[in-house]
Amino acid sequence: MFVAFSRIIKYGFQNFLRNGWLSTATIAVIFLTLFVLQGLIIFNVVAKTAIASVQNKIDISVYFKSNAAEDAILKLQKSLEGLSEVKKAEYISREKALTEFQARRKNDPIVIAAIQELGENPLLASLNIKAYNPKEYAAISAYLNNESLSSIIEKVSYAQNQVVIERLINIVDAAKRGGIVLTFIIAIIAILVTFNTIRLAIYSNKDAIGIMRLVGASNNFIRGPYIIEGILYGILAGVLSFAIFAPLVAYIAPYVASFIPEINLQNYFAANFLRLLSYQLIFGIALSSISSFVAVHRYLKV
Amino acid sequence: MNASNMITFQNITKTYNKHSTALENVSFKINPKEFVSIVGRSGSGKSTIVKLITAEEKPTNGRIIFDSYEVNKLRFSQLPKYRRLIGTIFQDFRLLNGKTVFENIAFALEVEGRPQKEINEFVPQILNLVGLDNKMQSFPYELSGGEKQRVAIARAMINQPEVIVADEPTGNLDPFNTWEIIKLLMKLNEMGSIIILATHNKEIINTLGHRVITLNNGKIIRDEEHGRFILTN
Repeated sequence: MFVAFSRIIKYGFQNFLRNGWLSTATIAVIFLTLFVLQGLIIFNVVAKTAIASVQNKIDISVYFKSNAAEDAILKLQKSLEGLSEVKKAEYISREKALTEFQARRKNDPIVIAAIQELGENPLLASLNIKAYNPKEYAAISAYLNNESLSSIIEKVSYAQNQVVIERLINIVDAAKRGGIVLTFIIAIIAILVTFNTIRLAIYSNKDAIGIMRLVGASNNFIRGPYIIEGILYGILAGVLSFAIFAPLVAYIAPYVASFIPEINLQNYFAANFLRLLSYQLIFGIALSSISSFVAVHRYLKV
Repeated sequence: MNASNMITFQNITKTYNKHSTALENVSFKINPKEFVSIVGRSGSGKSTIVKLITAEEKPTNGRIIFDSYEVNKLRFSQLPKYRRLIGTIFQDFRLLNGKTVFENIAFALEVEGRPQKEINEFVPQILNLVGLDNKMQSFPYELSGGEKQRVAIARAMINQPEVIVADEPTGNLDPFNTWEIIKLLMKLNEMGSIIILATHNKEIINTLGHRVITLNNGKIIRDEEHGRFILTN
């Protein structure tokens, strides 16, 4: 048993080395597959962050009448935060609104002067509401349009932003769906290309497999070295793809960051180093050894 | 050797499809240590008999008994073990092109799980016997046809099989190499193996003077103890 196993491993390495060109070509294809899959993982991370960043920018504000009591506003804030759809309801008092406004316009002396001229704070207190899912703003807005609240609420910003929000929701949805479909299609293509490459490599060994059967080799003894070869392909392609991907990520990270400031690809890559590397290896090894297994199986029927 | 390692074909019929019958109701027995030639035109069924013995094909009807095996009933998983009883030699040599001469022969021992020490000892001995001890590390593509066939014979005999089946072993060889191969087969026969030689080489058959089974259109038309090469009735 042990003898057979060590021979299988020996022949796996031997075939791998002796068929140098075939091995190189096969590794190149698996490398491309893994590279594409790695790219898809990163693409999905970037897309997710981008989508989240867009979603984060969507919010609605409720402005309160200038005579509305702060207690009532805080009570409403509490009840809003109690809603499962609401992620955050931030209270911005009239004073805070004014300081923020002044800070924003500090380079605009006319506006600052105009406010000082006015003598009183013209801004309204508001609640800035963020939902977990932008689709829920309509419901939240409906909740706020309740009769009992009409005495304190001046206006809800949803009405004026409704079109923009709905359009953003559609874009986000399309991006999510598109990402999934794209990932799926590219992954399938990559897997099929690899499978076919390995199948062709083993097709060239069709006669040898038949001869081994006739000499009395058991199926496992014939199959074993091909699977070892497949594992070697997977390991080498995985390491290679990772080794090339790492500097590439470092190179493109600043460009991605300029589009989506929330993401630091290099940090993400560094933080998930082991996870990404093991994905590559596990996927590479599984893909090539299963392909080998299936491909050899066809020729074992002698 | 006991009576069980006779080879018995009982009423064997083999049809590949409705329109072609490769063998029709063929029966014969081959005794231990016999050297039997099977002759006939192309398509007469010689190769089918070889394939039935190596269990590459199953008969449509009839029984094949060899050793303790009822060959026609062998399950797929039993084939490897059964085939280790048989050495096979083919016209196209069928060597493993990715392996050296040494490894090709060693493979036949490795499939049985024989220890490396035995392999290192036996393989050079056999290569010496077929006169190829200086080509041990060569690959098949570096060998001539005659040399390849001698490697194939060395592989067929390395685990001392009870029967060696040779399907047109000299078909691709020049007359000199042809006789070298036939002499090796005769030597193996003297060492105790059954030899089944399928050929259409008239000269070989007439010189050997052993038993000859003649096939025509899938039927045995002649089975003589000291046969000659005559293809017609």
